[in-house]
Amino acid sequence: MTQPFRIATAGRLGKADPVRFSFDGKAFTGLSGDTLASALLANGVHLVGRSFKYHRPRGVISAGAEEPNALVGIHRDAARKAPNVRATVQEIYEGLDAVSQNRWPSLSFDIGTLNDLASPFFSAGFYYKTFMWPKAAWEKLYEPFIRRAAGLGEAPDRPDPDCYSNRFAHCDVLVIGGGAAGLSAALAAADTGARVILADEQAEMGGALRYETGAMIEAKPGWDWAQAVAADLSARDNVRLLTRTTGFGYYAQNMMGLVERLTDHLASPATDQSRERLWQVRARRVVLATGSIERHMVFPDNDRPGILLASAARTYLNHYGVAVGRNVAVYTAEDGAWQAAIDLKRAGIAIAAIIDCRSDPQGPHVEEARRLGIEYLTGHAVTATSGRLRVSSIKIRPVSGGAERSVACDALITSSGWTPAVHLFSQSRGKLAFEAETQRFLPGQPVQNMVSVGACAGTVDLGETVAEALKAGQEAAGGAARKLPKLAAKSTERWSGGMLGAGEGAGAESTARAFVDFQNDVTAKDIRQAVREGMRSIEHVKRFTTTGMATDQGKTSNMHGLAIAAEMLGKPIPEVGLTTFRAPYTPVTFGALVGHGRGRLFEPVRRTPIHDWAEARGAVFEDVGQWKRAWYFPQAGEDMHAAVARECRTVRQSAGIFDATTLGKIEIVGPDAARFMELMYTNPWQKLGVGRCRYGIMLREDGFIYDDGVVGRLAEDRFHVTTTTGGAPRVLNHMEDYLQTEFPDLKVYLTSTSEQWAVIAVQGPKSREIIAPLVDGIDLSDEAMPHMSVREGMICGVPTRLFRMSFTGERGFEINVPADYGRAVWEAVWAEGEKHGACVYGTETMHVLRAEKGFIIVGQETDGTVTPHDAGLSWAIGRKKTDFVGMRGLMRPDLAAPGRKQLVGLKTRDPKTVLEEGAQIVADPQAPVPVPMLGHVTSSYWSENCGHSIALALVAGGHERMGETLYVPMPGSVIEVEVTSTVFFDKKGDRTNG
Amino acid sequence: MLLIHCPYCEEDRPELEFRHAGEAHIARPENMAELSDEEFERFFFIRSNPKGIVYERWRHIHGCARFFNAARDTVSDRFLATYKTGEPKPDLGKGK
Ligand SMILES: [Zn+2]
Repeated sequence: MTQPFRIATAGRLGKADPVRFSFDGKAFTGLSGDTLASALLANGVHLVGRSFKYHRPRGVISAGAEEPNALVGIHRDAARKAPNVRATVQEIYEGLDAVSQNRWPSLSFDIGTLNDLASPFFSAGFYYKTFMWPKAAWEKLYEPFIRRAAGLGEAPDRPDPDCYSNRFAHCDVLVIGGGAAGLSAALAAADTGARVILADEQAEMGGALRYETGAMIEAKPGWDWAQAVAADLSARDNVRLLTRTTGFGYYAQNMMGLVERLTDHLASPATDQSRERLWQVRARRVVLATGSIERHMVFPDNDRPGILLASAARTYLNHYGVAVGRNVAVYTAEDGAWQAAIDLKRAGIAIAAIIDCRSDPQGPHVEEARRLGIEYLTGHAVTATSGRLRVSSIKIRPVSGGAERSVACDALITSSGWTPAVHLFSQSRGKLAFEAETQRFLPGQPVQNMVSVGACAGTVDLGETVAEALKAGQEAAGGAARKLPKLAAKSTERWSGGMLGAGEGAGAESTARAFVDFQNDVTAKDIRQAVREGMRSIEHVKRFTTTGMATDQGKTSNMHGLAIAAEMLGKPIPEVGLTTFRAPYTPVTFGALVGHGRGRLFEPVRRTPIHDWAEARGAVFEDVGQWKRAWYFPQAGEDMHAAVARECRTVRQSAGIFDATTLGKIEIVGPDAARFMELMYTNPWQKLGVGRCRYGIMLREDGFIYDDGVVGRLAEDRFHVTTTTGGAPRVLNHMEDYLQTEFPDLKVYLTSTSEQWAVIAVQGPKSREIIAPLVDGIDLSDEAMPHMSVREGMICGVPTRLFRMSFTGERGFEINVPADYGRAVWEAVWAEGEKHGACVYGTETMHVLRAEKGFIIVGQETDGTVTPHDAGLSWAIGRKKTDFVGMRGLMRPDLAAPGRKQLVGLKTRDPKTVLEEGAQIVADPQAPVPVPMLGHVTSSYWSENCGHSIALALVAGGHERMGETLYVPMPGSVIEVEVTSTVFFDKKGDRTNG
Repeated sequence: MLLIHCPYCEEDRPELEFRHAGEAHIARPENMAELSDEEFERFFFIRSNPKGIVYERWRHIHGCARFFNAARDTVSDRFLATYKTGEPKPDLGKGK
């Protein structure tokens, strides 16, 4: 239970409460405020995972979001299993249960290590080269292998029980990053009274001040200053401070996506508390203060547990009070790592040696190291490491060559310099500029209203950082006229130097495994091989080697990879190019992005006023767009087939009642309403009498059917248009488009009335008798109200638009009443219907009955390439019209050419066989492959009324094939069919008056 | 998410309220019936799809429901102007 690597006199956790947690089932104790990584290191645990490809033992490398190695699973309960959580970011809580990933059977003994021994077979481009052929091997051999090998973590297998929230926010100044730069910018902006949001990904503001002990601001140690400023800012009304919040995406017009982690650090979050909150912030100006990321050194076997970044070692020591080892070696190409050695030495940790590959580093840190008696070797390199599950020694030799010597250590900290975190700047579409002298990509000219300050802008000195951040913050808030605020800031630390690419011992001829990208197991050798095999652009190298393509997106590795490729190509770095930075900066959960939009909130559900009645009658529903529609109404003991057969029979024998409320409805009103109708539909409308109806067809400009529906003329200047259930919004959009932009002079108003009217269809020989007792003020006789007419009057004391029309071929009515009365009128109609033996029917019966009559359904018989001629609807085109949408399109040669697919009926030779919708139709099933396809079945049903199956189909030259025998090949059989008319029942159409 | 200025509402509103509606300034010929196949092809099928400034139509469908035109740079996604249906292309070359 002790924490052998915790140093009581170091760090800031001090007397924090102990926190118990487990890792791979073993119990540990850390301190409140620890991350999982710092707590494990306090317990001397470096080995936390196995690498992705070679299953090599890996340890914690960093102390932040850039971590490529220390990915673990966090198991809160059976449903809450988060994979690939960075141990360096996850805060511990009482009872935290973490498991290592990518190993079997255990972390210290992993079978997958065989991949490491077989590594010559896993070299760059391995996936592309190995899994090319034969095709059949993919399914059985390659895919399962890749899935097993590529399995990063274990995805949860239950629905996510957590809730997530979403907020939009607006501000004058959005500051990303709460280090010295971000805090200074926020402070200056807030002082002007501007609305400021400051976000930082860590639990506390402070950034690099967390470990930079040499920093003094306003006569306070940097960290203390940061906490004081954070407290000051959070008390102000015009400032919002967001901790544990990552700015992950920079979008157009200063829209930033941030994700705030609310409960992942809590032992027992309230059940109604959101786990994460997605912020979508629109900022007038953005200040990026995202800092920089330290790079590791690239040298042979640089991936053993116990090898970390120098800044991480400082963070663990200076913030968490944890030593990364007892005898620590340092390998560096820059000055900052010296300070890490000095900090460790002062805390009582032995420094095995500082190995600096530069020949003559100078400065106060060198003198201090000497004063502390630290052995340092300049112009030297680390050329090998050993230790099975943790580094135990390193080999070093002079860069200029010479004998190797071994140095024992239990940790090695490295630094090859700092990469400015320009990810968000790059996402904002600003171009990066390469600064040759310091070998860094820095923000160039911004293209949005934003500015970068501090380390992410290449500024190294603390005093300069604070000064430029104050200025940027004030200017961002529009406070340029005021006196510029000043803060006294100074650091004793130096950050100069650095190198890119592979160090000694990992050079061009080396076969050593010197890792560039830890997470995807890419070595310097892999990158060189990619260049040898012809990859010229970094984008190609990246895809060939997968470098930078893991979930860390190469934060520590991209610059090394680029430098190695550039060296091989003999080109300067900017000519090889930098890979594109993409959102998200760090992984974002699906939950945060989805927010509330799942389950029943995923999409609105539309129900008709008759829905509850149908549900109570045991209706089975189907989804039609967002609508729930009653599909069929099974009675006791009936399956779907029996229920539909009964409904179909009953409608034609007596009557059926059907909820048609979902039909789209548009009211077209105005002196030019008829002229507008003429342009929108193929049919003639000018001469349609008031009180009459017509079946209208709407085309797109290319001549293909777009929608259809029955239209009633209520007055000279008023049409009641119906559309398909799914088509209402796009039909209205289509009409509005023409009205607003092509025919703006027409005096017409369009109004969607789909939701205003409930529609009750009463169809069948008894339909008139059923509604007659309920209707007032409308003469229902055939003379007064013939087929295809519309009347206004009253039903059950409610105003109605009563249509006499039929989608079944029977005498029929569609009763439109205001939606709020829909249920009451429905029940009254049903009570009358029962007296006549009527049934209630659903959409399946509706489909069968209309197919018996050869009526099309747009979207079933048509697919966006069917003309009215193809569908046998040439009669609906106004011959004398000079213009309508689609008229010219219909004249295109291909649309008039012979051999087009045309709508026909099909009867199976065996009347009991029901074809499959979508089945292909051929003339000769024995024809050699590829058999020419003539078309396909669009609708197919058992017709109880006909006593045989019926089908509609689109068949090439179909109208000329009446009586021909064609074939529908199916697995194991070929079905013989006869081409017929599309009308199967009541061919003369007498029954509409029957 | 883009911010789009509706020239009818005279407000900057989020992209969620709008729907894109294809290239602008393609007037439907009045003599549709007389168009040759080539003319119809040019009118209906051919679109410019430039890298750079595109003139396009948007509809403020969840707002005032009006169609309007916009000049947008397809590289930066920056809107240079939005203007009402029927108005000529704005002069983006000189000054502002
Ligand atoms: Zn508007």
